[in-house]
Amino acid sequence: MKRCLIVDDSRVIRRVASKIIQDMGFDVDEAENGRKALNALTIRMPDLVLVDWEMPVMDGITFAKELRKLPGGNKVAVMFCTVENDAAHIKQALEAGADEYIMKPFDSEIMRSKLTLLGFLG
Amino acid sequence: MSPEDFEFAAQFFKDRSGLILTRDKTYLLENRLMPLVRDMRLKSVTELIDGVRRGDSVLQALAVEAMMAKDTGFFRDWKPFTHLRTVVLPNLRVARGMKAGFRILSAGVSTGQEAYSVAMTIKDVSSSFPGWKVEVVGIDISAAAIAAATKGVYNQFEVQRGLPVHTLLQYFTKQDDNWALSDQIKSMVKFQAWNLLDDLYPLGRFDVVLCRNVLVYLDLKTKLDVLQKLARLLVDDGALYLGLNETVMGVSSSFRAINPDLGIYAAHRADRPASLSLAARVDL
Repeated sequence: MKRCLIVDDSRVIRRVASKIIQDMGFDVDEAENGRKALNALTIRMPDLVLVDWEMPVMDGITFAKELRKLPGGNKVAVMFCTVENDAAHIKQALEAGADEYIMKPFDSEIMRSKLTLLGFLG
Repeated sequence: MSPEDFEFAAQFFKDRSGLILTRDKTYLLENRLMPLVRDMRLKSVTELIDGVRRGDSVLQALAVEAMMAKDTGFFRDWKPFTHLRTVVLPNLRVARGMKAGFRILSAGVSTGQEAYSVAMTIKDVSSSFPGWKVEVVGIDISAAAIAAATKGVYNQFEVQRGLPVHTLLQYFTKQDDNWALSDQIKSMVKFQAWNLLDDLYPLGRFDVVLCRNVLVYLDLKTKLDVLQKLARLLVDDGALYLGLNETVMGVSSSFRAINPDLGIYAAHRADRPASLSLAARVDL
């Protein structure tokens, strides 16, 4: 089964996203900031990371750049999921190593569409 | 809603649009008409249907528009667009050669996402077609949907359904809370309000027709009628794309299956094998 790590400081968002992604066949782990997520990655590298932008301790951009430096970090699909919804932010995320980008609010249809684009769903 | 009102409404929508409403679809009828009831400040769906029955032409047109499914998205189902880019467009380049042009029809285009997806697919390989005359035409029964399609402005939910984020950045600009499609893509597409039940001949002929997730709402006789019209629109080696859950099997003999799982068919001409279709991977 594919594994997804959800990195978001909002427990509500983590819970909602977990439910949606689990329903699409993923095992899900959660972290509340980029630092805790990087620690989790040293134990096990997931197939997909869903990451917020603004978080305490370490933000999503710093996390994405650090992830890409890790052994095996280039094989992970990174998708931002954030309220930042303009072209400049999207470009910045792509430059930091993001593969896809979800602008909040989102629903299960958008998540399914993005996971299909990333090749996880048929 | 009384059984008499339902029977009248079902017959009216079938005659106007081909839409089939069985008795178990009463909820669908009411759900789709309720926003119009509120917009027109009417008391109920029954009052709306009374107006349609009296022959109020504005109400009739608005009711038909309200009933049409608007479930659409960019690059819907993805794989048919991969097929278009990797099979049909290369075959068109070789097959048309000196003619240097082609036309693609998106029938039941709703708010335009399918036609624009075709245009973006063509634009991505435009270096293969230098100086070619390329035309994408989108038609839909709903004048409101066609007006929205022509504007080419979509909200945040709409641009996140099927559109890769790189493509969003490449072809769209943020406009307040919405995303506006670039003129270079919009200029490739012409939209017209057109009922598939009407004569389609004035639209001219097409190399490729997409009629996806439209036939599913029609009864067998209307499906056959529409498929025969589409067959006449297609050039001899033309390709037809239906929805993934739609088929011509058992309905029309005017097409040959190329990849039925993806809803891809070839125009059937007695003197021409399906392997020579644009939809088939062939050595032209």
